[in-house]
Amino acid sequence: MATHGPPPLPGRGMRGWADGLVQSVRSAGLTGRGGGGFPTAAKLDALRSGGGRPLLAINAMEGEPASRKDRVLLATASHLVLDGAQLLAAAVGAKEIVVCVADDRPDSARAAAAAVAERDRIGLGHPPVRVVRPPGRYVTGEESALVAWLAGGPAHPQFRASKGVPLTIRRRPVLVHSAETLAHVALIARYGPAWFRSAGTADAPGTCLVTVSGPVAHPGVCEVELGTSVSAIFDHAGVTAPIGAVLVGGYGGTWVRSGLLDTPYAPKPLAAVGASVGAGVLAALPASSCGLAETARVATYMANESAGQCGPCVFGLHAVAEDLVRLARGDVDSRLEARLRARLDSIEGRGACRHPDGVVRFVRSALEVFARDVVDHGRHRPCAGWMGPPVLPVTPASTAAVAGWR
Amino acid sequence: MSVINRKFHLRVNPVACDAFGYCAELAPELVTLDEWGYPVIADHPIPPQLFDVVQRAVRECPRQALFVQEHRRRG
Repeated sequence: MATHGPPPLPGRGMRGWADGLVQSVRSAGLTGRGGGGFPTAAKLDALRSGGGRPLLAINAMEGEPASRKDRVLLATASHLVLDGAQLLAAAVGAKEIVVCVADDRPDSARAAAAAVAERDRIGLGHPPVRVVRPPGRYVTGEESALVAWLAGGPAHPQFRASKGVPLTIRRRPVLVHSAETLAHVALIARYGPAWFRSAGTADAPGTCLVTVSGPVAHPGVCEVELGTSVSAIFDHAGVTAPIGAVLVGGYGGTWVRSGLLDTPYAPKPLAAVGASVGAGVLAALPASSCGLAETARVATYMANESAGQCGPCVFGLHAVAEDLVRLARGDVDSRLEARLRARLDSIEGRGACRHPDGVVRFVRSALEVFARDVVDHGRHRPCAGWMGPPVLPVTPASTAAVAGWR
Repeated sequence: MSVINRKFHLRVNPVACDAFGYCAELAPELVTLDEWGYPVIADHPIPPQLFDVVQRAVRECPRQALFVQEHRRRG
């Protein structure tokens, strides 16, 4: 608030204010920063044409273990996030805002609650904001899972026959935006679309938050202009050891070989190398680590994080993870790779949500980027990587099992 | 749009499905089972000569997990 001043909320009798704000967001070319990359204005249009008083949910769940941007945002710029939410709430006529912070993130919840209390004191309490605490699991931040939880049920992703079906609670529409997207909205409302477009590229305007980890001097969250090369982002973080490959997007993302790090960090150039911005994760793997061991650990974690609803996810991900653990340990039979690939093909596109698809994408990229390791492990070479500590953070299955879905 | 050009697809709600497998028995032309017994449904539209078979498979699913959806092009 001290940096940017109060948000430009509509005064009395400001007709056309809502259209103006949505138009600014459209001209800015802002896309959702939560992973989907869907144009924010289009999401608002769909809701505004639908009618009804929506609930606005701020998604700060951050189920992605390698991401920290929601935590950093709530700790350092929670008012910007809440500004963005109140601006959009005013634009769509929402009467209530909820900040969704996972129940295993007490610090973020406290920061959000403190900001809400501060706003109440200075007269920015409309519409009212509540901090709510859904269970902290990988998939509970998925839009439909969040809405299921807000409706009083378990935080399980919902099956939707077509993706265009709007999310509702008792016929009341729910608008879900990621914390980062809302922070951008708050700045666009103040400084305008041209200012927003002064960073980034014509195709991918603006900046975005990236969580950088691996052998770097300054791991953590940084704000980068879209279109900055991945290698420049790592140079800035100060690389301390040779990088073997980089995990781009998160645990449902893709491994990218170190030779391709000149790729600009933006949706189109990343798509050309099979990757996507996803959850804004850039996790470098030291050249000395085993990519297959990391992949096996993450795949096991992801299998344990299935909501347990769809057969192909429940059984398929565990089968894939077991294949990968064998591969990583060098416990390989002649049919293993073909069986693993067939399983990946079989699982793809068959869950209610994209959780299994993310794992399929991640594992396929591992088989490609670490193809030489696959051959080496197949020759029963002992792999030190499997015995050593993990590079990518994974929650032990025992902890996950204790946390419920409600 | 003429009726002849309409494309219908057999689909499954994976949350509801419990791998009874009746669909693969009733409509093997469109449904196979994966190694865990869950249905894998053909990508292509339902051929008109299989409409009756599909209708039966949809009706007989113990979990009511199967449904027919018309494929619409965007725009």
